[in-house]
Amino acid sequence: MKKLVYLVLLVLSGTAVQAQDFEMADVMRSNGQIYVVVAIILIVLCGLFAFLFMLERKIRRIENKLDNKK
Amino acid sequence: MKKLWWKILAIVLLVYVHIGGLLFAVPRLRIHETIRSLYFHVPMWFGMTFMFLISFVYAVRYLRTSSKEDDIRSVEFANVGLAFGTLGMLTGMVWAHYAWGLFWHGDPKQVGAAIALLVYLAYFVLRASFENQEQRARLSAVYNIFAFASLIPLIFIIPRLYSSMHPGDDGNPAFNAYDLDGRMRLVFYPAVIGWFFMGLWITSLRIRYRNINEKISETEL
Repeated sequence: MKKLVYLVLLVLSGTAVQAQDFEMADVMRSNGQIYVVVAIILIVLCGLFAFLFMLERKIRRIENKLDNKK
Repeated sequence: MKKLWWKILAIVLLVYVHIGGLLFAVPRLRIHETIRSLYFHVPMWFGMTFMFLISFVYAVRYLRTSSKEDDIRSVEFANVGLAFGTLGMLTGMVWAHYAWGLFWHGDPKQVGAAIALLVYLAYFVLRASFENQEQRARLSAVYNIFAFASLIPLIFIIPRLYSSMHPGDDGNPAFNAYDLDGRMRLVFYPAVIGWFFMGLWITSLRIRYRNINEKISETEL
């Protein structure tokens, strides 16, 4: 049991040491700036999806027009 | 292809990927936060490969059926595949500039991908050089098969034979160094699927546009 505890501690300390190795944008995350970026990217993305849907609707209309002509 | 569900699936997956890709935890590596680029850069190459594969299948089918529709499908899948590949190249160069210091390193993986893109670019040049529709469709279908056959060694085999700064020398060229991390898979695989369906969607719109064009020119004749 003691061995197991040591093993767990060893693994945990290993990950903790590794976590300090490289600098990440933790501040940007903790103060919430990242949510602004995410929101803006999502708006652009949704705009593109809406654009694709509207384009598809236009194409469908022309298809129907052509089919009715025949 | 006109069904709605897979378009919704693509949208849901990509929205999830853009949230998760920016917010979820990633391993702390030497390249810092730029590891997140993997969620956006690598799916472009997956998308390209899938699109070129489908294009190849329709090229083979054209040679058996000689139907104009298969030719149109083959071209449009190649078109969207090339768009994916170009985006993969550009995003890769931006990332390389950060991680390796230069936009272009002549790295085996960069060069292989560039040659593959040029091979497919030549496919469109070849198509444009024919007046006769049937001749164009037949010869470009044959070329498409060769192009796909050259894509496999260029993207999947040759880069593995040479040492490279790009991750994954010992297996998958895309994400071997990081795929120990299950957290990244949770975003990466949805990204691949999402962009694949996105590619299908855009291609289907282009195919429908081309078919309308064909119908109009038929009625005019």
